[in-house]
Amino acid sequence: MITRLTIENLSLSRGERVLFDALSFAVSAGEAVALTGRNGAGKTSLLRAVAGFIRPAAGRIAFEGAAGELEPEDARAAGLHLLGHQDGLKPGRTAGEELRFQALWAGGDEASIAEAVKALQLEPLLGLEVRKLSAGQRRRTALARLIAAPRPLWLLDEPLAPLDADRRAGLGLLMERHLADGGLILAAVHDLLPIPARAIEIGGGA
Amino acid sequence: MRSLGVLYRRELGMAWGRGGGPLLACAFFACIAALLPLAIGPSPERLAAVASGSAWLALALSSLLSLERLFERDFEDGALDLIALGPASLETVSAVKCLAQWTANGLPLSIMAPVVATALGAPLSLAVITFATALIGGLGFAFVGGTGAALALGARRGGVLVAVVVLPLLAPPVIFGAGAIEAYAAGMGWQAGFAFLAAYCLAAMGLSPFAMAAAVRNALS
Repeated sequence: MITRLTIENLSLSRGERVLFDALSFAVSAGEAVALTGRNGAGKTSLLRAVAGFIRPAAGRIAFEGAAGELEPEDARAAGLHLLGHQDGLKPGRTAGEELRFQALWAGGDEASIAEAVKALQLEPLLGLEVRKLSAGQRRRTALARLIAAPRPLWLLDEPLAPLDADRRAGLGLLMERHLADGGLILAAVHDLLPIPARAIEIGGGA
Repeated sequence: MRSLGVLYRRELGMAWGRGGGPLLACAFFACIAALLPLAIGPSPERLAAVASGSAWLALALSSLLSLERLFERDFEDGALDLIALGPASLETVSAVKCLAQWTANGLPLSIMAPVVATALGAPLSLAVITFATALIGGLGFAFVGGTGAALALGARRGGVLVAVVVLPLLAPPVIFGAGAIEAYAAGMGWQAGFAFLAAYCLAAMGLSPFAMAAAVRNALS
């Protein structure tokens, strides 16, 4: 169980280009942090670095639990969700099949899947093929795994973009509940998050 | 273990779902076999002489068909991120994907192999060994092919690249597999060829998951 994410003196580069240098901040349990910055500033890369996909050029990313520092691999395998621009849904399968796979793979069970379906009002979509869903419906199906497989750290990349006003508010409620349960949220955003969040600006960009 | 079962069932469902990949591979297999008499002439003696070998060649080509989607689709739509953050290591994930590929494609193809060989004029007595070698060989094809598919991740038009990377690596199983059938037909010891084939497949199963996991990590970064 992750209770704190610490980023110390982190530098990321893609190829020759340095995205940002010496970035330090921490996210504690119950806190939401909104990463802002221009296109290409490195918000997505930072999220992917926290998820362990990109190796930092310098600095470190540490996860702490109640009993001290956690092994990064274990923390990532069981403690975080990364929801990127892509929803990770197969066009040819039904939303229900995809949600079930995503949830069971990430450690959920039938009861939590049912809860997620209710929380995101997915009932009417479950039997539909993903190719027939709108962008917003796809995003909601993907977001469902946050609820269906509870993990403490949510890394969200533009989670709101395809959602309508009501759904944004709905997602805000889910985020508030997650924070109240001791969760952590790190989100890259251009729009404001529907919950109070500490903003951190990521430098540079072009 | 439970989550690996979930992944395995998903892979099978995707292989068989819409489009029926395995049926396509089987149809492709049959098409190559049907072209052969047109290319080398219909004389039964000549066809019978190359029947088992041609069946193996067609088998290797048909195994390539669905390799591209083994990793590429999950990579394109972001599902590979999700899978990488799951409870199992990428090595295990790759092995499960290849096993599913074998069940979905290798199994139907190895059932087709004796049918095709017999249709080309191979004696019926070779059917069992043709099936057995094709089944074991298919396992090697799936793991070696998976390595090619993982290496080609992110390359545009990766399908052809996969074929070019993988086909040379399929030479040993084709030699051992077709050789074992040949030896069996001639009444000689087929066990050596069969054992070499099995050894190749075991080595592929043991080594290629590490190569696949490394290639996937590289593609995701």
